[in-house]
Amino acid sequence: MSATTIVPNAAPADEWHLPSRGRVAMFSLIIGESAIFTIFVVAYIFYIGKSLYGPTPKQVLEIPVFGTICLLSSSFVIWLAERALERNKIKLFGAFWALTLALGVIFLIDTGFEWHTLIYEKGLTISTNLFGTTFYSLVGLHATHVLFGIIGLSTVLIFTLLGKVREEHCERIQVLALYWHFVDAVWVVVFTVVYILGR
Amino acid sequence: MADQTFPIGGTLDLTPPRVAKKTFLEWMHEWVTTVDHKRIGLLYIWFSIIFLLVGGAEALALRIQLATPDSHFLSPDTYNRLFTMHGTTMVFLMGMPFLFGFANYIVPLQIGARDMAFPRLNAFSFWLTAFGGAMLYYSFIGGSGLYGVGNAPDVTWWAYAPLTSRAFSPGHGVDYWALSLIVTGIGTLGGAINIIATVLGMRCKGMTLLRMPLFAWLMLVVSGLLLITITPLTAAQVMLTIDRYLGGHFFDTQAGGSAVVWMHFFWIFGHPEVYVLVFPAFAIANEVIPVFSRKPIFGYPAMVAASVGIAFISLGVWAHHMFTVGMTSVDNTFFVLSTELVGVPTGIKIFNWLATMWGGKIRFKVPMLFLTAFLFQFLIAGLTGIILSIAPFDWQLHNSYFVIAHFHYMLVGAIVFAIFGGFYYWYPKVTGRMMSEKLGHWHFWLFLIGFHVTFDTMHFVGLMGMPRSIYNYDPSRGWGHLNMIISLGGAVQGIAVLIFAFNLIWSYYKGKEAGNDPWDAWTLEWSTSSPPPVYNYAVEPEVRSRRPLWDLKHPEDPDWSYE
Repeated sequence: MSATTIVPNAAPADEWHLPSRGRVAMFSLIIGESAIFTIFVVAYIFYIGKSLYGPTPKQVLEIPVFGTICLLSSSFVIWLAERALERNKIKLFGAFWALTLALGVIFLIDTGFEWHTLIYEKGLTISTNLFGTTFYSLVGLHATHVLFGIIGLSTVLIFTLLGKVREEHCERIQVLALYWHFVDAVWVVVFTVVYILGR
Repeated sequence: MADQTFPIGGTLDLTPPRVAKKTFLEWMHEWVTTVDHKRIGLLYIWFSIIFLLVGGAEALALRIQLATPDSHFLSPDTYNRLFTMHGTTMVFLMGMPFLFGFANYIVPLQIGARDMAFPRLNAFSFWLTAFGGAMLYYSFIGGSGLYGVGNAPDVTWWAYAPLTSRAFSPGHGVDYWALSLIVTGIGTLGGAINIIATVLGMRCKGMTLLRMPLFAWLMLVVSGLLLITITPLTAAQVMLTIDRYLGGHFFDTQAGGSAVVWMHFFWIFGHPEVYVLVFPAFAIANEVIPVFSRKPIFGYPAMVAASVGIAFISLGVWAHHMFTVGMTSVDNTFFVLSTELVGVPTGIKIFNWLATMWGGKIRFKVPMLFLTAFLFQFLIAGLTGIILSIAPFDWQLHNSYFVIAHFHYMLVGAIVFAIFGGFYYWYPKVTGRMMSEKLGHWHFWLFLIGFHVTFDTMHFVGLMGMPRSIYNYDPSRGWGHLNMIISLGGAVQGIAVLIFAFNLIWSYYKGKEAGNDPWDAWTLEWSTSSPPPVYNYAVEPEVRSRRPLWDLKHPEDPDWSYE
């Protein structure tokens, strides 16, 4: 993945560049996580329509438009935050960062309401039928990742409010933002599979 | 401060250490809280040795049971638990920790780094693995809750559904199994990420990817493979846990779920896993064979390409474990062909090792003995693998002792032999003392003889129709004599491993002083002291070729003048 950064036999000692460890590690983690999601998505697709008894996705699922807009736009906002930090505008960075966090939290709350309706009004739990099992585990797996992202985002926000975040932390912040972008990208897949293909 | 005894000036910080006698508690505290890659490497290796002995003892118990027909040494339940634990232990608690132990200790030294990229993550990964192992073994006493009798998992290491469902596996044995594999899996993921970041981001000046020692290359490839290999297993274990604890239906056929999906998910992990285990063996062979043949490795770029090729192909062969499930003929053909394709890059490797030895001044020290045996046994294991990849042949011999013989030839004949070779090769670097050659010869020859008596014979009982995972058989089958021979071979191997364990301890106190570079080797780890100081290199080394130490020892004919 970063073999391109080094040209063999053409690296004199004074021009010695290595890829950043943080980025390499985050990309590795994203590759590993993608494999986990692939397994769950494959299981979901394979089991579409295989449930022997109801309720079916068509009967109970509603498309979470609001939450999706919030989550996807947070990817853009976090990019604005990254840019603000690059230009050393700490206050602006803090504002965009807090907005990203808020959008992520709204998404989780939206999912919470969706699940509450499903469980208490429409009677779909993880053990009701095969559809329930695959639905809650895939969407729940993604929500867990959002939760971990929110923990990371909040940590940075606390440090920002304490005045500890400076321009030199740009790269670390960008590594964390990579994870957030990944969580958003996965939602595109999950959304397509669960609410469009599966419905 | 220049130190004349080292090839690179200023390798060591010669300030005398503050002398202080440590109490036992201080010593323990140092090891438990350590983030030094060398200590964590050693922790991994001690962990594996312990589980090698435990898993080996389980195997011997199984062999005593099978040595004679109609034997009652073990009860059927105990037998099932022991072979499940034997498989799980050897793969997850012995094989993979060995990989991380060697990688942790040697990769930073070889690439001229002072530590791994993320030392704390490194310690975290080790302790997760350690706790996962402890949790798996706790199932012996806690599997039915503390009130019941012990109940270790008894579902085989591939744990096919629906045997793992609550109805057929009550108690908590299977849960301990699934949870401990999730925990060790997260540890493995952390370790793999760390190795990748270290190899890509921590190389010393001048060490381009194509000047990196092949050992480090193989560890990079195996870590990349682990990222997408161990995670499907984690995903499948999460599904199994959802089924068992939350009443899910992933593998529940009565609700529309599918047992075959588990098989696919498991083997999507399970087959690349074999390559994960064998790559460290390749890595060790790539270091030991050139040094003891006194020639640089033959075909370095081809070796790198073959390793990456094997990693890629290995991701598309999993369903050759499932020929008897009843897939379509198109699926069968695909997996037959993809499996046979693995033979091409593997063949490149074998020929390159042979070409490295060819015309070399081979020194048959103990490490080289083990690696020579590795070459032959790896070849035979590969050939029986090609045989088994042919679907109609597999229909005949699926789940027979022929399959057991095939993969033990790979796991023991190739991997364990190479790991032993690696021990004898790097022991002087780690401890500063040589392992006893005499005991090493005893270990090697006994292990070789025991290995062939056991696993060569196993092919024949397999061809005679003996299925795997049975705890008993009737005398009229005529397998009794051969099984007795197999078990006797197992006992010989057990004695050999005890000699090895004794050698490890004895040489630590009584072994010959090794010096920094006992084998006259060429990679950077031999340029520092034995054992290496905590910081590895006081001055960051700079390399100009694949064999930096050769360049320093032979300034009249350095490698870089040919690059």
